[in-house]
Amino acid sequence: QDASLVEANSFSPSLPTSPSSMINQYKFEEEPELRDLFITVDDPESHITAIETFITYRVVTKTSRSEFDSSEYEVRRRYQDFLWLKGKLEEAHPTLIIPPLPEKFIMKGMVERFNDEFIETRRKALHKFLNRIADHPTLTFNEDFKIFLTAQAWELSSHKKQGPGLLSRMGQTVRAVASSVRGGVKNRPEMFTEMNDYMETFSQKINVLDKIAHRIYKEEREYFNEMKEYGPIHTLWSASEEDIADSLKGVASCIDKCCKATEKRMAGLSENLLPVIHEYVLYSEILMGVLKRRDLIQGELDSKVDALASKRAEKDVITEEIGKLEDKVECANNALKADWERWKQNMQYDMRAAFTNVAENNLHYYEE
Amino acid sequence: MEDCLSKKVEITVSEAEKRTGRNAMNMQETYTAYLIETRAVESQNEGQCSPVDSLWRRYSEFELLRNYLLVTFPHIVVPPLPEKRADFVWHKLSADNMDPDFVERRRIGLENFLLRVASHPVLCQDNIFYSFLTQEGGWKEMVNETGFQLKADSRLKALNATFRVKNPDKRFTELKHYSDELQSVISHLLRVRARVADRLYGVYKVHGNYGRVFSEWSAIEKEMGDGLQSAGHHMDVYAASIDDILEEEEHYADQLKEYLFYAEALRAVCRKHELMQYDLEMAAQDLTSKKQQCEELATGTVRTFSLKGMTSKLFGQENPEQREAKIKVLEEQIQEGEEQLKSKNLEGRDFVKSAWADIERFKEQKNHDLKEALISYAVMQISMCKKGIQVWTNAKECFSKM
Repeated sequence: QDASLVEANSFSPSLPTSPSSMINQYKFEEEPELRDLFITVDDPESHITAIETFITYRVVTKTSRSEFDSSEYEVRRRYQDFLWLKGKLEEAHPTLIIPPLPEKFIMKGMVERFNDEFIETRRKALHKFLNRIADHPTLTFNEDFKIFLTAQAWELSSHKKQGPGLLSRMGQTVRAVASSVRGGVKNRPEMFTEMNDYMETFSQKINVLDKIAHRIYKEEREYFNEMKEYGPIHTLWSASEEDIADSLKGVASCIDKCCKATEKRMAGLSENLLPVIHEYVLYSEILMGVLKRRDLIQGELDSKVDALASKRAEKDVITEEIGKLEDKVECANNALKADWERWKQNMQYDMRAAFTNVAENNLHYYEE
Repeated sequence: MEDCLSKKVEITVSEAEKRTGRNAMNMQETYTAYLIETRAVESQNEGQCSPVDSLWRRYSEFELLRNYLLVTFPHIVVPPLPEKRADFVWHKLSADNMDPDFVERRRIGLENFLLRVASHPVLCQDNIFYSFLTQEGGWKEMVNETGFQLKADSRLKALNATFRVKNPDKRFTELKHYSDELQSVISHLLRVRARVADRLYGVYKVHGNYGRVFSEWSAIEKEMGDGLQSAGHHMDVYAASIDDILEEEEHYADQLKEYLFYAEALRAVCRKHELMQYDLEMAAQDLTSKKQQCEELATGTVRTFSLKGMTSKLFGQENPEQREAKIKVLEEQIQEGEEQLKSKNLEGRDFVKSAWADIERFKEQKNHDLKEALISYAVMQISMCKKGIQVWTNAKECFSKM
């Protein structure tokens, strides 16, 4: 509870939250010279034991922060560890927007769980995940995050075993489902209803965008495949000709150059636009969850208020509990509100960058 | 070249019209008729507007004209007609003969055919061709009266000759190989081009979906809204631009198709040569065997096996009068044969000479036309890229304002 009060102080409603000042604050966070935590995820390695096969990734951290005992750390982590970290962050900050993790499995067209493309996509997403946490003004100081980055394998295992177990977390999930079944919260502030409506539409649109972007990639790849055959035909033809042989060979080489340009354009899509859109597809799910959790916290308050109305006897106790819950709700709301603004700024920035990149790639393609 | 019809007369196939009528079996059919307009050039030079003659023809009449030319001028590489049925179609293109785009492209192809014939130094002087352009009624009867169908070599005969000829002119053999290669490579190219066009169409059109989603998304965004909306508009423009681009490419494909069909015309000339050569070889062979027979009868020796020789051995020799009669007949035949052989030889040499002259003319035309076609294709591609650059520059600006 105390931790969440600390949160509220760093984002009290009195801080200006106009878009321009938020942009400035965001930019401030992005300045490389002012960053003091640098994380990379690389070097996937396969581990085979008697029971299972799994992949670990190398996580390298460089920092100048005083809370860290050393300035450089190198650890190996597996996907399970990332899942644990996300769970801990969600627990500690239920109404903050925790960045998405890459999915456990991809259903479509998966032949082998550990093919190179899958591992590389996952590695990039994990790298993004940790960096987003590092950039977050609150999450970056989370204790579990620090342990994740610095602890040796056995240290992490023993730390994981502490803290609320699986059962208590399951209890929370059950309650959350139950409250959502009961229907929308009656005293939900307008702002959060607006957020909900926005997220519903956003989620729809981003999913459609995801499909469109993948479809474009697929069409470009099929175009590329046909073009590969197109050029050599002209070379073949030039072999039977004399006068026009050079022109034909010229056309053939131009077509081949177009092929290479198409490859570059495809790479641009798969390296920039597709992962960004996919991340925001996951984000839209996360945000719906965050909104539900906020509703849940508010629901606790509301049910206590109802209890107060019916149980005159324990008035004092309940009133005290209500006081605490009111604080909790206020903190949760403020945390979400601030983080929402931050998320929207990020989203705008990311989308602008991603689509501008697509436009640039297309320009290069046509110029070539 | 100097006196070509095309220099004196301007020829256009200006319109196409759907007609219904009754065919030979008195069944109703729909077909397309094409308007051929001719106008004398000279009077235009004098600054006067000359009258336009016009008549309607349908595709089957063009076919009849071409078949006539093929038979009447076997040493000429006769220009081909546009395809009968739509081939090498890609997704959006219709394979329907009645489709307006197909009819339009066929109209252009028919005009091209007439212009080619009119600018050919030999073909343009033909009466039947001239009447085709100027005489609406009774033309079909006129063509059939020439009896050209009887002069046509049977397919079977031609095939036989191709397999059995022993000493064709090496240049024709090479030409035949070339035309086979040309046909195979152009048809492969056209097939792949159609597939490439299909895929390109897909890429462009899917971008159109961005337009709708961006517009819907912009409705819930405050700051990003304008940028998204206008970017979406540019995506729509991008998606729509592919239609014109690919239509232009179809004209390029048609230019290649013409030479695909020209390959067949080349082969026809080669076949004619093989036929004539085979004829010549058969005649020479026949003459040689007759001479031999004559010699055998005269000297009484049988050098080679012959059925006659066998029967006469088995059933007794002929009497001297019979033998004399036979020898006389053979000598007459030999004389005829030698004259025939001489004229066939002359024919053959003339054919080779005039055919080869036309082939050289054709080669130059082909090289010129194909080079220009390739250049225009490159220009088309450049223009497509310029359009792409423009759209994406605009889109980039919109995105950066998001």
